[in-house]
Amino acid sequence: MPIEYLIFLTVFTPVLVGGLNLIFHKTANVRDSVTLLGALITFYFSVNIFLGFDGQATQYKFLTIMPGIDISFHIEPLGIIFSLLASSLWILTHIYAIGYMRGAKEKNHSRFFLFFSVSIASVMGISFSGNLFTLFLFYELLTLITFPLVSHKGSSEALRGARVYLSILLGTSIGLQLLGIIWIYFSVGTLDFVKGGIIDGSFGPFELIILVGLFAFGIGKAALFPFHKWLPAAMVAPTPVSALLHAVAVVKAGVFTVLKVGVYIFGVESLSVSGATDWLTWLACFSLLFASLIAMTKDNLKARLAYSTISQLAYVVLAFSLANSLGVLGGALQIITHAFGKITLFMCAGSIYVATKKTNISDMQGLGRVMPITFLSFLVGAISIIGLPPMGGSWAKWFLIMSSLEADKQFVIIVLLISSLLNIAYLLPLVAKGFYLNPADQKEVKSFKEPSAFIWLPPAITAGSSFLLFFYVDYIRNFMVNFGLVG
Amino acid sequence: MASEIKEGTLDLINHLPILQVITPMLIAPILVVLNNKTLSWLLSFLGALACLFISVLLIQTVSDGSTLTYSLGGWAPPIGIEYRIDAANSILLFLISIISVIVLIFSYSSLHVEIPEEKHTLFYACFLLCLTGLLGVVATADIFNVFVFLEISSLSTYVLVAQGSYLDRRALSASFNYLIMGTIGATFFVIGIGYIYMATGSLNMMDIAERVSELGDSRTVQAGFAFIVVGMGLKLAMVPLHVWLPNAYTFAPTVVTCFLAATATKVALYVLIRFVFSVFNYEDSFVNELFFFLIMPLAIIAMIAASVIAIFKQNLKKMFAYSSLAQIGYMLLGLSLVSEKGLASSLVHMVNHGFTKAALFMSLGAFMLNTKNVYINSLQGLGRSMPFTSAAFVIGGLSLIGVPGTAGFISKWLLLEAALGSGYWLVAVLIIVSSLFAVIYIWKIIEVLYFSESSESYSEVNVLTLTPIWILSFFCIFLGINTSLTVEVANMAAEILFK
Repeated sequence: MPIEYLIFLTVFTPVLVGGLNLIFHKTANVRDSVTLLGALITFYFSVNIFLGFDGQATQYKFLTIMPGIDISFHIEPLGIIFSLLASSLWILTHIYAIGYMRGAKEKNHSRFFLFFSVSIASVMGISFSGNLFTLFLFYELLTLITFPLVSHKGSSEALRGARVYLSILLGTSIGLQLLGIIWIYFSVGTLDFVKGGIIDGSFGPFELIILVGLFAFGIGKAALFPFHKWLPAAMVAPTPVSALLHAVAVVKAGVFTVLKVGVYIFGVESLSVSGATDWLTWLACFSLLFASLIAMTKDNLKARLAYSTISQLAYVVLAFSLANSLGVLGGALQIITHAFGKITLFMCAGSIYVATKKTNISDMQGLGRVMPITFLSFLVGAISIIGLPPMGGSWAKWFLIMSSLEADKQFVIIVLLISSLLNIAYLLPLVAKGFYLNPADQKEVKSFKEPSAFIWLPPAITAGSSFLLFFYVDYIRNFMVNFGLVG
Repeated sequence: MASEIKEGTLDLINHLPILQVITPMLIAPILVVLNNKTLSWLLSFLGALACLFISVLLIQTVSDGSTLTYSLGGWAPPIGIEYRIDAANSILLFLISIISVIVLIFSYSSLHVEIPEEKHTLFYACFLLCLTGLLGVVATADIFNVFVFLEISSLSTYVLVAQGSYLDRRALSASFNYLIMGTIGATFFVIGIGYIYMATGSLNMMDIAERVSELGDSRTVQAGFAFIVVGMGLKLAMVPLHVWLPNAYTFAPTVVTCFLAATATKVALYVLIRFVFSVFNYEDSFVNELFFFLIMPLAIIAMIAASVIAIFKQNLKKMFAYSSLAQIGYMLLGLSLVSEKGLASSLVHMVNHGFTKAALFMSLGAFMLNTKNVYINSLQGLGRSMPFTSAAFVIGGLSLIGVPGTAGFISKWLLLEAALGSGYWLVAVLIIVSSLFAVIYIWKIIEVLYFSESSESYSEVNVLTLTPIWILSFFCIFLGINTSLTVEVANMAAEILFK
């Protein structure tokens, strides 16, 4: 099948699935099976794009809106990785969501699955965007589509969280990112993604710094300090949303955009020559330490994970700011490994909630003994996030350290080491408490057990994947190098 | 592109400029004679449909950059009255006539709620006269004729606004207020015309343009220009001459509000544009400086202040009336950049905002059919009970914010590009700030619609009411994806006006 059809199908299938959700809203089992099938088909299409990719970055024009402004798509390694990541994790999250939504007795399942599917469609659109305008279109769509998911419960607390979510994401993207996009269009005359960047020489050194700022802050989904508040606010959403959207789709769409803009709009070369991102290195370092420190103070498990995500996202922004090929590699690997690690942690948090209705870490003493699979998965995910072998996450940190050496910014290494120590300090105590401490109420804990396989299996699979990533990282690296993401 | 003038021969296309204006004008008295409610609706609808058909023909004829002229009664200009259609006004003729068609579909099912049945015939007659006036203002190239048509449309508008009094007596004071302000505006305008006639001895736009440039630095012409700007400022609700607008929009019947919000102020703005570019010389310092020192600051104030005020309004019609003021600010801002891009962005925004605001007001009207008022609290939970109307409202709202993929985004993009092109950095930032305010007030409503429980249960309005709403929402999306109708014609128009 020609690649343009495949792109269309990967974007369109989730939308179709969303529509079918509405049609089958009366028969839950049919609806959920259709969605699962849709997720599998979407994944199949993304795999086909991956297999059909020949390294040629052809632009596929879909629609011309105004002369010079098109909706167009193109295929490149970063986008392929992102689409594979999102579509494969969608399958697992969907299985998990079926169990969770029923187990936790959430309401309005059809609406939930409808928006869930359509949000995947916008993620696919983001992955294959051929220019900044198309990317922006799907980026905004993703914000709007995920709003009903965040506010799903409809309580005033959920609404408040969703309002923060929406106002920061829309505010930054319309207020800063759009300005940056129009500025580029105005100065360069094109918005196409071209390897090596398009802005070469069109901006002075000072202007370039402002432009980097417009994108670094304007891509609010990357949750860089001080625009990170939406992420903890969005944790009012049901856990499957937090898992897929706030460990994979939404936040990764943010850092993916950062990397994509870095490689295909600014160009790694011109960034490193101009030094326009030097300030961003410091800010990213600050953001990642700061978020880790806050994470330690949070007793609510999801809130802690949210701050941990903020910290981990800053790694990718850091990778962008280091402005060299190793950094881009490290950033891309961080996107992959963190996705698997964090989705594991979120799903485990959800399992614990469904099984015990507990959300605070201090209440989880002794739970590991009755829910061993969940807690072991959590342990594996946590080790990957921390960046210890033998989990995939260690490679991302490895490349980042190499990259900071190449960029001659040794202080970054120290920051990364401190951050890893902080990660240990806020992620591992839960596991230790779960396995070693005696619960306050023995009887109550005895009554808990692992929830249904729908719920415990997906995190176990993602945890296993984190482990496998450690051994197959070279395959990913080769893919990115051979297909010309980095020189 | 050379403007080839198509001389009048016997083929129909040359008579279209006048046919379009005269059709609704002739139907109006027939309605009064027939005095039948259903028949009046049908005839008005057919008349508006004819106008739409003609305007589509016209836009096709002139979209290549040519100009279509028509001499009324065979008297050649500058002595006789000339009708002159080019890209700039053809796009407005299209907007006015399509909105009138859509609004009339809506009125079939909504009017009986707002106006007693025995008044329907008169209502439609006034509506057609208003349509005549607006089309006439846009089509004519004779400045006194502009005044005449402006008054035809304004007088009928006062009546139409006053019809809201059956639901809320405050419509009467709103209408009276509008009458006073509108008349002051018209008086200023006619005084301005008087000055120009005094200085040049002509009423034909093209003719005046030649004579004005020969006159050089003339106090009389400058005074005339000042009067015209103030007069039109009143009619187009330029801040601070806007005080009539919020109440008039709030208390008028929904049909009228939709129609006015989408067309009336835009027509006044068009007159201003026409005078600046086709009658006066935009390169003259008194025109240029006026834009820089007066219109641009006022436009920015409108953009920001009106948006902020809109956030705090509980009556949604009033909220969107203030939002309209802000949007007029965008259009004035584009114009005040005095650049081809700025002007094109203004023209595009006129059309895009016309559809967007009509969609919003009309869905409010549909809510009102159920809830009887449009206070924000009465919309609670309607997202569930009236899903189709609410969805259309959301689309309109997104377009008002300027979310990519909607018509509003295109206008905002063009305006930002134009502002950057003229080197106004700060202005670009302010445009964005103003759209962020729009996010706030639109989202307030969306939250009420979808995320609060309703105390009463309503049912969705019927298909006939939904159709026009969805046509408008469809245009909000369509014009955001396909811009050949708006951007290309507007660019052509800007090119012609800047010649």
